[in-house]
Amino acid sequence: MAKTNTKPKRPPMKVKNPGKTLARVWGYISKGHGFKFVLVMLLIIVSSYASVQSMSLMEDLALEIGKQLDAVNLHGLQPEYGGILSVIIKMVIIFVCGILASAISEQLNVVIAQSVLRDVRDTMFAKMQRLPIKYFDTHTFGETMSRFTNDTDTLEELIARSIPNIVTSMITITVCFIEMLIKSWQLTIVVVLTVFAMFFVIKGLGGKSAHYFVSRQKSVGKLNGYIEEMMNGQKVVKVFCYEDRNKKAFDALNNELNHNATQANKYANIFMPIMANLTYLQYVIIAVVGGLMANKGWLIVGDSTNTYAAFALVSAFLLLSRSFTRPINQVSQQFNGVIMALAGAERVFELIDSEPEADNGYVTLVKAYYDENGNIVEGTVGDWFYAWKHPHGDGTLTYTKVEGHVVLKNVDFSYDGKKQVLHDITVEVEPGTKVALIGQTGAGKTTISNLINRFYDIDDGKIRYDGININKIKKDDLRRSLGLVLQDINLFTDTVRENIRYGNPEATDEDVYKAAKLVHADEFIKRLPDGYDTVLTLDGANLSQGQRQLLSIARVAVANPPVMILDEATSSIDTRTESIVQSGMDNLMKGRTVFVIAHRLSTVRNSDNIMVMNAGRIIEQGNHDALMEAKGTYYSLYTGAKISTT
Amino acid sequence: MISLIKRCVRQYKKASILSPIYVALECVFDILIPFIMTFLLEEGVNKKDSNAIICYGLILAALALVALLFGALSGVQCAKAANGFATNIRKDMFEHIQTFSFSNIDKFSHASLVTRLTTDVNSVQMAYMMIIRIAIRAPLMLIFGVIMTVYAGGALAGIFALVIPILIVGLLLIFKFAYPLFKTLFKKYDRMNTVVEENIRGMRVVKSTVREDAEIKKFSQASNDIYKTFSKAERIVAFASPLMQLAMYLSITLISWFGANLVISSNGQALNQSQLTMIITYSSQILMSLMMLSMIYINVTMSKASIDRINEVLNETPEIKNPENPVYKAVNGQIDFENVSFSYKGEGGVYCLKDVNLHVKSGQTVGIIGATGSSKTTLVQLLPRLYDATVGTVKIGGVDVKDYDLDTLRSAVAMVLQKNVLFSGTIRDNMKWGKPDATDEEINNALKLACAYDFVQGLGGLDTHIEQGGSNVSGGQKQRLCIARALIANPKIIVLDDSTSAVDMNTDLLIRKAFKEYIPETTKLIIAQRVVSVMDADLIIVMDNGEVVAQGTHTELMDTCEIYREVYETQQSGGDFDGEN
Repeated sequence: MAKTNTKPKRPPMKVKNPGKTLARVWGYISKGHGFKFVLVMLLIIVSSYASVQSMSLMEDLALEIGKQLDAVNLHGLQPEYGGILSVIIKMVIIFVCGILASAISEQLNVVIAQSVLRDVRDTMFAKMQRLPIKYFDTHTFGETMSRFTNDTDTLEELIARSIPNIVTSMITITVCFIEMLIKSWQLTIVVVLTVFAMFFVIKGLGGKSAHYFVSRQKSVGKLNGYIEEMMNGQKVVKVFCYEDRNKKAFDALNNELNHNATQANKYANIFMPIMANLTYLQYVIIAVVGGLMANKGWLIVGDSTNTYAAFALVSAFLLLSRSFTRPINQVSQQFNGVIMALAGAERVFELIDSEPEADNGYVTLVKAYYDENGNIVEGTVGDWFYAWKHPHGDGTLTYTKVEGHVVLKNVDFSYDGKKQVLHDITVEVEPGTKVALIGQTGAGKTTISNLINRFYDIDDGKIRYDGININKIKKDDLRRSLGLVLQDINLFTDTVRENIRYGNPEATDEDVYKAAKLVHADEFIKRLPDGYDTVLTLDGANLSQGQRQLLSIARVAVANPPVMILDEATSSIDTRTESIVQSGMDNLMKGRTVFVIAHRLSTVRNSDNIMVMNAGRIIEQGNHDALMEAKGTYYSLYTGAKISTT
Repeated sequence: MISLIKRCVRQYKKASILSPIYVALECVFDILIPFIMTFLLEEGVNKKDSNAIICYGLILAALALVALLFGALSGVQCAKAANGFATNIRKDMFEHIQTFSFSNIDKFSHASLVTRLTTDVNSVQMAYMMIIRIAIRAPLMLIFGVIMTVYAGGALAGIFALVIPILIVGLLLIFKFAYPLFKTLFKKYDRMNTVVEENIRGMRVVKSTVREDAEIKKFSQASNDIYKTFSKAERIVAFASPLMQLAMYLSITLISWFGANLVISSNGQALNQSQLTMIITYSSQILMSLMMLSMIYINVTMSKASIDRINEVLNETPEIKNPENPVYKAVNGQIDFENVSFSYKGEGGVYCLKDVNLHVKSGQTVGIIGATGSSKTTLVQLLPRLYDATVGTVKIGGVDVKDYDLDTLRSAVAMVLQKNVLFSGTIRDNMKWGKPDATDEEINNALKLACAYDFVQGLGGLDTHIEQGGSNVSGGQKQRLCIARALIANPKIIVLDDSTSAVDMNTDLLIRKAFKEYIPETTKLIIAQRVVSVMDADLIIVMDNGEVVAQGTHTELMDTCEIYREVYETQQSGGDFDGEN
């Protein structure tokens, strides 16, 4: 049974290196399941042997029956059933072994497949957590998501079904072939020749169908793309009375898909009956050739005294030839699926192999206090505070109190190594002050915040945090010391309480309430159906934008970071709601170093220092009064005076 | 399923009937092969008659080829029928969705409509294919097989009375235990996907709060949950194949023993050796067919959910329909709201518009101000009947909007939606949405009015390709293109629903100026966050909590309306930096 999967499947892609990918898959299987896998192989051999014997024993049975019939008809003796009974007993023993072997191997198989899949998923997710932000900025959400859904699904198909099926088929083919050879090499040649003939038919059909499958896949892509776009814009369709034109365009694509899919399906559909009936044809050929050869005495038959010897051999061969041909068909049909699965697996491994975020930092963030001599000591005695623990080359340790003194000096940066987005940025932020970055979209405001918390690394220049080059600070600790509030709010499926605690897992319930109260979120949380235990789903869909933002601010409040970055934190909220959120934020900003990134001037007016940015450069800076005095860009925007336009 | 087939099979009825007929014929010939084979073996091999071998061999080869022919024919018809059926379902759904009103659209989310049109239709198509082919073949093979066994072996057929129930009961037990597990599995997959989704979207939060390890643990838990349930379910399902073997081996053993006894005791009269082989062949066919039937059962059961979801769309009644004897001309852009209340849930629901009375003269500029959630958007959406007023009347040009022809009405009222989209295609294609036969000159005029002409020229003119969702133009540019698209049809009323939020103030001003100068006859409704955008309007409406709390000019409102003053004052402390030129 399939799983919920609402994403349209992507068209199959070319596999770059099937051998290597298979080896990777094997690596996961052999790691921890090598023994089980070998056991499964052995068991499959047993069960294949049993199924081949189920046909082969028919010969013994026919010979035994023939012997008794000959005894009655040719020699006038009474029939005896002992011989038949011994064949039957042999059957029962082999069958019981076969059933047991197949039951056990199937069970083991499930365990192997499912735990390998779990390992792959876990590895992939853990790896994702270590990827740099750049990865997420350069890959779409759907792209990354489909590695966890579609691509893992096809990988599952490969590990749980295709591989075991192919292995079983191979083993059955081998066992069957050996058995046939033992019985009669002449008839085996006949079987092999007919199989070759069938192969040519498959190839001819396959080549034709591949073409139609590609065009079907293209039509599916086109139609699904159209559906996706129009369902999304359905309201616009209504507003413009576009319905009739829409229907026409849809019809054209729908009919094109119908045509191509019908062609592709035709080939797929006729494949089955053609193979099945060619197998019948093969069956007939073996019977005819076998019968004629026997009549001419060209078949070497074990017990030539038995009248039914030739019949016994031919009828057993008829059964054997079917169980030889069936798995061959199966493998050839599975081939397409394997290619698709390998393409999926390759995408999974691609993510696992992506370069993780490098971190060479060694300065760490610790809790510390002043001892009686005024030295900084690690620990949480009395009024503790955060300090940087800085190990030096000579083995000594120094501690620096975290003050929130941030200096950017001559910073240059480009995202792609080509187009420079920041030019020679120099900013000094004194501890406990509020600095604002304003400017048009694309001026480089957010880029600066990306650099301070090292989502990206600068190309040139220096960033110092309390006098320490931020490259020396361990990334986790650097980020712990910075609180970040973004315009896009992300809440998690969990209770309100846990969403706030997200910022600081060690926070007690009391801390959570305190943080919520500080930012004025407590009031609305208490009005929620279950208060702090209300479970948020779908990114807090049942909360208003303002409430969601308050929660994300509370999340930062509970972490109590010395430095905060507010990146357009209030820009998607209307101005009235903003004033409520703003008062919550004002409480939080007291005594901290704060970077405010905004385009609304009202948000930044009371900052200690305002940087006006344009095209990656700081074009003006100073406090509100100074900038008003200067009568530059800030002034003209603030007063609404005309800006010259081209 | 049946009602859906009746409704959508249409021109593919013939193929849908031919496919099972051809399958049935294929079955007849297939089933004859083992039977005729007994003659070849008995007459030819056992009696050593080479002529008989050749004669029967030719008959058998002919049978196989005829069966092949019918099988292939049925495959072709089946492909036609199933794909045609699916095409019709898609067509019907899509066309029906076009008749949906906004409230119908709201009921189904955009993603769910896409799923219904793609994944669900696929699963129904698969089920239909099975029904018109394998679902015919399997029972026929089963019945023919039993008949032939009874014909040749008589009482030996009794063995199936023992084996078939074992297989059926076993399969049912597997289904019964595995099905609920698979059902819970869906939920666990949802949970895992939610974790992944939230992490991809919120990676900046995860990283900045250094919660990577906690998230990894969370994911492992979800992933392990799936592992446990999935393994359990699959382990149950894994019993199907040994069960099949058991049934197979049991019947082979029993047939061999009793068959051998019968052959010997009757000296090949009641049953001969060849017939014994034949019965064994049929027994495997019978058991395989049963297995097939159980697979069809599972597939059809699973497609039922899809069918329900498709029917939900097809049976949805569009809430807004064209009136009988509609009015085909709107005389002017005069707007009247008379005691209008509105609830998304209809009467008895929570009213988000309460007793609104408004009168706007044709050609006036009207600003609408209010906090998020004050129902500004709801108010204007009543004009082109995107929703219908629950209580009261909305009139345009003195005529109730419900009396207009829908196309006439919506062409007269151009809406620039808040959440607007551009479509993949050239800028010209997008502009023609507003007016299919628009000339380049008309398009350029509209672009100029919306202050979009200059940047369109800069991008490369009307032939510039727009990516899906307009992802290759900036937010402000997108908004201006959307405004231009609405202006092209020369509407009586134009509504801008927060449509210049990403446009810088200066351009915003230029657009409003152009409106005043070049389309003085058109009534202009402007919803805005910024008071500046509506300050110079003829009439400003202040909304709060679904009610019109004040209306008047800027000067009047500054005196009388506290909310308005408050908003104005908080915004006075500065302009806005967004947008681009």
